[in-house]
Amino acid sequence: MEFFLNRYRNLTVLLVAIVAQLLLLAYQVKSNGEVRLIRVWAVSAVTPLARVIEAGRSGTVHFVRDYFVLLNVRQENQRLKSELDRTKMDNQYLRAELSTADRAESLAIFQQQSPSKTIAAHVIGNTTGVGAKVVIVDRGTGSGVQKGMAVITPDGIVGKVTAAYPTASFVLLITDPSFAAGVISQKNHVHGTLKGQGYSTVIVDYVQNEQKVEPGEQFFTSGDDRIFPKGLPVGETTVVREGKSYKEIFVTPSGLQNGLEEVLIVTEGVHVPIPEAQPTSQTVHLQEPPPAESSDASTIDGAPDQVPAQAPAQPPTQSGPLTTDADRLVDQYRKIGQAEKHIYGQSAGGAPNFNINLNPRPADVVPLPPGAQNPASPGAPSSASPPAPSPAPPPPAPAAKNPGAKRP
Amino acid sequence: MSDLGTDFRLDFGETPLLKKGVSKYHIAAIIGIPLAAILFQVYVPRFFERLSYLELPLLVTVYFSLMRRSPVAGVLFGAGIGLAQDSLSHNPLGMFGIVKTLVGYFAAQMSQRFDVQNAGVRLVLGFFFCFFHQFFYWVLGRALLGEALDLDLQTTLLVAVLNALVAVPLFHILDRLKVTD
Repeated sequence: MEFFLNRYRNLTVLLVAIVAQLLLLAYQVKSNGEVRLIRVWAVSAVTPLARVIEAGRSGTVHFVRDYFVLLNVRQENQRLKSELDRTKMDNQYLRAELSTADRAESLAIFQQQSPSKTIAAHVIGNTTGVGAKVVIVDRGTGSGVQKGMAVITPDGIVGKVTAAYPTASFVLLITDPSFAAGVISQKNHVHGTLKGQGYSTVIVDYVQNEQKVEPGEQFFTSGDDRIFPKGLPVGETTVVREGKSYKEIFVTPSGLQNGLEEVLIVTEGVHVPIPEAQPTSQTVHLQEPPPAESSDASTIDGAPDQVPAQAPAQPPTQSGPLTTDADRLVDQYRKIGQAEKHIYGQSAGGAPNFNINLNPRPADVVPLPPGAQNPASPGAPSSASPPAPSPAPPPPAPAAKNPGAKRP
Repeated sequence: MSDLGTDFRLDFGETPLLKKGVSKYHIAAIIGIPLAAILFQVYVPRFFERLSYLELPLLVTVYFSLMRRSPVAGVLFGAGIGLAQDSLSHNPLGMFGIVKTLVGYFAAQMSQRFDVQNAGVRLVLGFFFCFFHQFFYWVLGRALLGEALDLDLQTTLLVAVLNALVAVPLFHILDRLKVTD
């Protein structure tokens, strides 16, 4: 060092003097940002070095830290996955519990509000038949369940009991191809037979092409089949098209939409009126009533199907002339009932003899529709027989035939 | 080899070049002359504006550096005179100091290779260092201070010539202040 200073003494002195004056200059001069030049130089000289050092330090630290972190990341990942799976299962279980509680609550409310007597049952399994839509419920004859009883939910009908055992019963769902039930549309009151197809959609058969059914229209049970009480929701019409002889009406059953876990078995059915359709916003124009057809047109105070004791408290009355075949048919039945002193829904002994001729004139006889049977006959098939057209009378059925259904 | 050469020159009575032309001055002259040059540059141009082109502190720095023939002495002369000049100017301390430090160093280096008693050499060195001083000041001003200084080459050359012309008689006058052994 001493040799170096001696050999380059002049240059050293020069450099010392220059550097000293540079420092002096830098100490005095301020840059545009009112920062002394020496500070700017110091920062400019130190910053790149510090940046390099910091980059190396941070890189080393991150490498070491990430390395040690990655050592446990697999275990942590597995732990988190297991926790997530467990949480998912808990969540699913809680959701199921909540849903079950909701369904149970709705079932209880429906059970209290429904005029029919029902017992709740759980679906505990399916039968093994290929393509069969039959489920097993945990209620059997020990609980009062008998073959032919209706099975419903608050959303709609589900099926009917096809076999009852002491502790369980088989329920044929409405989607089974062998299922049939009488239904009526809500708006236009078109009768038909509900049939399963083996999948989620059911059809309403035996509806004439001339009858009016609109998509979106609700179907309810008509009570014609002696299994389902009148007024239970069936489903919503999705497709309506003209068929060869009958309309092709596809209905989405409402009772099966929310799953099938808890059901109600109707032990004593009570007919209820079909609720009125929601009024639409379309303007309705009332036309002038048609002219009277005959002089004997009179006011009808009550229709036969509204007479039963379980019928609504306000029986519908009709004022004005008899305008349709149904009106005339109702009038005829009323007269027959008066002639035989029969009170519909209250008199014992079944239905009056509708075949008597009150007026021997041929013009007054109203023929029954072809193939129509007496709906009150005990031996009438409940599901497979084609329904009577719209003017079908409400038959007072004998209660002995179907102990589970309380006929009006 | 160098020892043989030195001994040869000593044996035959030849004075080494470094020691041959070294001049000594009284301390009052060493302090007073630069101070007078600085004061001249500060006050005289107030009355004679054209004399502001004269860089008497620079010429004094060159002279003493040349005469002392010591780079360390040249550095000290240049730094002292430059800082003094800075202290009386509006510039930050160090601008003239750095430039004149370099001038003193290189002048002392030059004095070891040339016969600085020659008037022609003094004229050339005066011109060269004056130009170097102006140019390097411009460089420092732009590099360190960021000032947008203009360098008019013709004016710079003309000022360098004028100062060189002044340097020759000035150096001759200053030679009279040498202290003889």
